[in-house]
Amino acid sequence: MQLEQQRDKVPAQPPAATRPLVEEFKFGLDAPICLTWELTYACNLSCVHCLSSSGRRDPRELTTEECFAVIDELERLQVFYVNIGGGEPMLRADFFEILEYAAAHKVGVKFSTNGTFIDAAAAERLAAMDYLDIQISIDGADAQVNDLVRGEGSFAAARAAMDHLAAAEFGPFKISLVVTRHNVSQLDEFKALADAYGAQLRVTRLRPSGRGVDSWAALHPTQAQQRELYYWLMDRPTVLTGDSFFHLSALGDALPGLNLCGAGRVVCLIDPVGDVYACPFVIHEEFLAGNIRNEGGFTRVWRESDLFLSLREPESEGACTSCGSYDACQGGCMASKFFVGLELTDPDPECVLGNAEPYLAALATSGAAAPSSSADHSRPGVPVPSPVTLRPTRRQRA
Amino acid sequence: MIDLEASYQLSPNVSLRPERFGALAYSFDTRKLSFLKHPDLLRVVESLDSYNSVRQVFEAVGVEKDKWPSFLIALATLETSEMIRAA
Repeated sequence: MQLEQQRDKVPAQPPAATRPLVEEFKFGLDAPICLTWELTYACNLSCVHCLSSSGRRDPRELTTEECFAVIDELERLQVFYVNIGGGEPMLRADFFEILEYAAAHKVGVKFSTNGTFIDAAAAERLAAMDYLDIQISIDGADAQVNDLVRGEGSFAAARAAMDHLAAAEFGPFKISLVVTRHNVSQLDEFKALADAYGAQLRVTRLRPSGRGVDSWAALHPTQAQQRELYYWLMDRPTVLTGDSFFHLSALGDALPGLNLCGAGRVVCLIDPVGDVYACPFVIHEEFLAGNIRNEGGFTRVWRESDLFLSLREPESEGACTSCGSYDACQGGCMASKFFVGLELTDPDPECVLGNAEPYLAALATSGAAAPSSSADHSRPGVPVPSPVTLRPTRRQRA
Repeated sequence: MIDLEASYQLSPNVSLRPERFGALAYSFDTRKLSFLKHPDLLRVVESLDSYNSVRQVFEAVGVEKDKWPSFLIALATLETSEMIRAA
């Protein structure tokens, strides 16, 4: 659900509320607990699985003043922190100005970056700021695995950024990866890398969103790998997950976190042009709740949009509600279902009990086209790295 | 462990956001989010600064005596996560 730092959350406290907290959250809150805010669709990379199909700057991007107004509104709503991303947010000329404004208004920021623009000077500047978390994205524990998904040179750039942050004594930053078929065997190496920097490791789920529509089938972990991942995470409760693997909880004990889809209930996405979507993984008109530029701003979209109000209704009956594991996995991820072409009441395409298989098979024979992103900002003519050409790693060959 | 006779306070840079179930608490220093799962717990936490002991706070807020143990556990959790601290 992208409620970051779930692993840091204090566990349930007595005295208990009259209703379990998860039930409270299903009905939505007056303001999100936190939200994702993509500052720009511009990106220097062209990752194959980019959830926002980023590349080109959108000419309608929010101005600096409009960004300040968003922060003012979040402050009024007591949204304590935002997860800033993109695109590559550091490509905005006013990036530091926005961070400084947020800090001055007590809106904490965690921003995701590919690290390209964190040189020694930027690292010094970031280290001097308050209420700031930084998350550097890599998708392989070495250049070979990483660069096939994120592009040539991207691993070296990310490592250079980590070195600069360490040298500037930024403190514990985060290293974030999306689990794929190719890097799941490297989880221990990722952890060792994070430990070496005194960084926190954050592991999240690959969704078939954005450009991931085209690469998901080849990249998402196999059932055996999902089990491996589940036990790996259960053994390492300090590894952050953004609560993104709750579908794995059907394998046994629940992973730490709320284990709930928070889309439109406790989290959402503001995109670079001010469009508000239910979550960062559903940049599609079906999940577009409104735009902050309209009268009433973000608050009205959050509180009154038909889409968000409907997401806060009790779930409709579906195949999952009669399954014994439903309380554990809650039917899985809405975005994953939608972008592979399933109904939202169908099982998650990565259902660990295999309950999605008949539905996926029916989809395959029907030949129906799955929905694709309705806001593609990929740069024309720029080839995205092709994971299909991934060759065995040296270690696997040995 | 919370000392019923001691005085506590909200840690610096902790903000509370009231909700129908209680409140969200967020520490800008530790960047931890916590949930106060009862409206009375919010009233207790908000009142810590105004009294010389937790006992006085419970009495002022009107926490029923049989619920004190569970409130003390809740406060201990908040102390462990640095949301509140001894004054």
